[in-house]
Amino acid sequence: MDTSVRKVSHSGRVQRVVSPGGIEAWLVEEHAVPLFALEFSFRAGSAQDAPGRAGTAALLAALLDEGAGDMPAAAFQEALADRAVELSFSSGRDWFQGTLRTLARNADEAIRLTRLAVTRARLDPEAVERLRAETLAGLRYDANDPDSAASRRFFELAFAGHPYAAHPQGSVESVSAITRDDLQAFRAGALARDSLVVTCVGAVTPERLSAYLDELFGDLPASASLAPTPTAAFRGLDAIDIRDLDVPQTTFVFGAPGLARSDPDFIAAAVVNHILGEGTFTSRLWQEVRERRGMAYSVRTWLHPLRQGALYYGSTSTRNDRAREALDIIRAEIARMAQDGPTEAELEQAKRYMTGSYALRFDTSTKIAGELMGIAFEGLGIDYIDRRNGLVAAVTLEEARRVAARLFGDGRLLVAAAGRPVGFD
Amino acid sequence: MSASAETGAPALAGASAGGPAVHGETLPNGLQVVVIPDRRAPVVTHMVWYRTGAADDPPGKSGIAHFLEHLMFKGTERNPDGVFSRIVADLGGQENAFTSYDYTAYFQRVAKEHLPTMMALEADRMTGLVLSDAVVAPERDVVLEERRMRVDGDPGHQLVEALMASLYLHHPYGTPIIGWMHEIEGLNREDALAYYRRAYAPDNAILVVAGDVDPQEAVALAATHYGPIAPARAPRAPRVREPEIVASLRVSVADAKVEQPLLQRYYLAPSVTGAAPGETEALEVLARCLGGGTISRLYRRLVADLELAASVGAHYSPLAVDLSRFGVYAVPREGVALDRIEAALDEELAAVVASGFPEEEVARAKTRLLAAMIYAQDSQYALASQIGAALTIGLSAADVAARPARIEAVTAADVHAAARRVLQSRRSVTGLLVAA
Repeated sequence: MDTSVRKVSHSGRVQRVVSPGGIEAWLVEEHAVPLFALEFSFRAGSAQDAPGRAGTAALLAALLDEGAGDMPAAAFQEALADRAVELSFSSGRDWFQGTLRTLARNADEAIRLTRLAVTRARLDPEAVERLRAETLAGLRYDANDPDSAASRRFFELAFAGHPYAAHPQGSVESVSAITRDDLQAFRAGALARDSLVVTCVGAVTPERLSAYLDELFGDLPASASLAPTPTAAFRGLDAIDIRDLDVPQTTFVFGAPGLARSDPDFIAAAVVNHILGEGTFTSRLWQEVRERRGMAYSVRTWLHPLRQGALYYGSTSTRNDRAREALDIIRAEIARMAQDGPTEAELEQAKRYMTGSYALRFDTSTKIAGELMGIAFEGLGIDYIDRRNGLVAAVTLEEARRVAARLFGDGRLLVAAAGRPVGFD
Repeated sequence: MSASAETGAPALAGASAGGPAVHGETLPNGLQVVVIPDRRAPVVTHMVWYRTGAADDPPGKSGIAHFLEHLMFKGTERNPDGVFSRIVADLGGQENAFTSYDYTAYFQRVAKEHLPTMMALEADRMTGLVLSDAVVAPERDVVLEERRMRVDGDPGHQLVEALMASLYLHHPYGTPIIGWMHEIEGLNREDALAYYRRAYAPDNAILVVAGDVDPQEAVALAATHYGPIAPARAPRAPRVREPEIVASLRVSVADAKVEQPLLQRYYLAPSVTGAAPGETEALEVLARCLGGGTISRLYRRLVADLELAASVGAHYSPLAVDLSRFGVYAVPREGVALDRIEAALDEELAAVVASGFPEEEVARAKTRLLAAMIYAQDSQYALASQIGAALTIGLSAADVAARPARIEAVTAADVHAAARRVLQSRRSVTGLLVAA
């Protein structure tokens, strides 16, 4: 039973649709459920927020469905609700995304409303202030949350001096400073056809989608006009930054430079990371920190290939008086992986899991649209779904050891902590 | 205003919110089997739900249902020491488990050809659990860390615990699912095994299989793997009933870490098991009209018109074995005092109790509720979870299928009546999160 290179069900069903206006989308036509899911991303995110105005892209994302065209906020939201159209926008450091979910029979109206949101959102002062207030309340609510505090601090230190240092949602100070001009500047510079990636899954024909693409995006400027994000150096290795918080646990966020998504070693790095800290129930960190010692409910590591500064990072929370011990164990496991790499058995297990579970990412229309977006956005190619399991299966032990050494290197880490950890004087 | 608002929900016509065909059967040993075919991808979701949850914890042993859920991953005689999880991972499967007040559930998601293996493993775990003190002690530490992480570092969560403990003065819903710290610390191997032997049995369980599977084949497989397990004939014992509350209670959590105050209020409300026909459906529509999104009444008034709140909401879940709750919350904008926002909230609630909602707002809320049910059909995991949760609290698959039509039938008068019945301060607890 060789499942290692099994193809997932939707491979081969992905079509490239190009509209008369030249806008491309990837489509999986699926009529079993009478809905369709559309995702569209622009290659610009909070890294483009002006200095001191972090949170601009995020606030714009919150505002695009708050009034558009002739309809003020309430009228626009009612129009969405009357057809049960689910439209939302979100943003990250490198991306700005729209997500549409609608019943197929309401698609025409859903597309009309989405087009208005993308091209003619009003950004009325009333809506700006209302969403600003909501954002600020959220930022204040999380101000002393240990996870949020440690994670913010980690990125501030790792990317000090670079736009990546700021949280995509911004801070109370920066969000308070955002003007309507900032929002309009981001929109005008970022929402353009040449930075657009579109994927769609559902009950829609290629011909119909093609017409929708021009309707939705045909009026956008041809080219984005934002300054490119500079390359980000990873800073702060060896630092341990402790934010004092009166809580019984210490939350650690730890990490170091990683590999770019386009790096030829990325797949091998993903396999090695799975073995170190990603696999729930099975990873080395899970076994050492949780199963054997009961030190934490959760411990995980991630690869995070930001466009201009890839990194890997992890996090855990453990009681203050065992914080030192927990961090020492994590460091030792990272060093062990860097030095010896995985065992043959670990590598085979990880490959079996990663190849076997790939199909689970494609069992709903919403998930398929999201997976396709990730593939398209990273430029991995429309045939990547078919190739991906073969790439994982091809990782050799020698390669895994080499990449483990490359990724985890000398074991140096930047550590941001929140809590009252004992043993760090 | 629009046609759809006047005539119910024609926006959804042609799509069935009732969901796909559900095949149900009960094995001779009492195991209920439900199969939900979804042939779009070659994967299955396999879930076993037990009709036991945190509200069935014995007095003084709070958290035992949840602790046992953790310990269920520790192995059996046939599959010791993490063999279960290793096999699932080797097959590229995903697994997890969760505990609520009324149920405990275990699931795996795998390629369809591995369904028999999952059944063999889960059936073995239904009665074969083996526990040693060596694995119990570190896992108890894990649960203590889970509680520290979720509750002890989060004043907002501490407020929810205080609200629940005050709303349910007598009923075990007032005790947190994860348990109280001092009682978790005392839980041991014998407690877990005693609970396990009493509650884990085929006649106290529901098997849900969703995905690329033939219903007859799935039932036959279930008979092979689960059929031989003997029933326990020990149904869930009824819990104590909550007395009639005649006071409106107030609680507050003051903590130096709080930078954003908020107000939350819970009202006791009927659940599907005790409500009059149509009542829980009306309450669901009420929650949407009142606090579901930016077109809801509370949002339009407190956030948009009066500019007092940064966010507001209302929530209600009909699924509970005993009395459920209806909740509202409001987060004030900077510089707005909690008592001011509470006064404005009370004013809006009083207006709803006095006048209800116009047909148009009710129609819109129904459209969105029904659409959410249709969107949920995109996910076999979501469908399986809905059915599992409903059946553990005593509903039938037919009840679940009939729910969209019952939502559709809710009138503005029904919503008004539900508001009058539930939004009574003498059956409520108001909680404030404030800076110390």
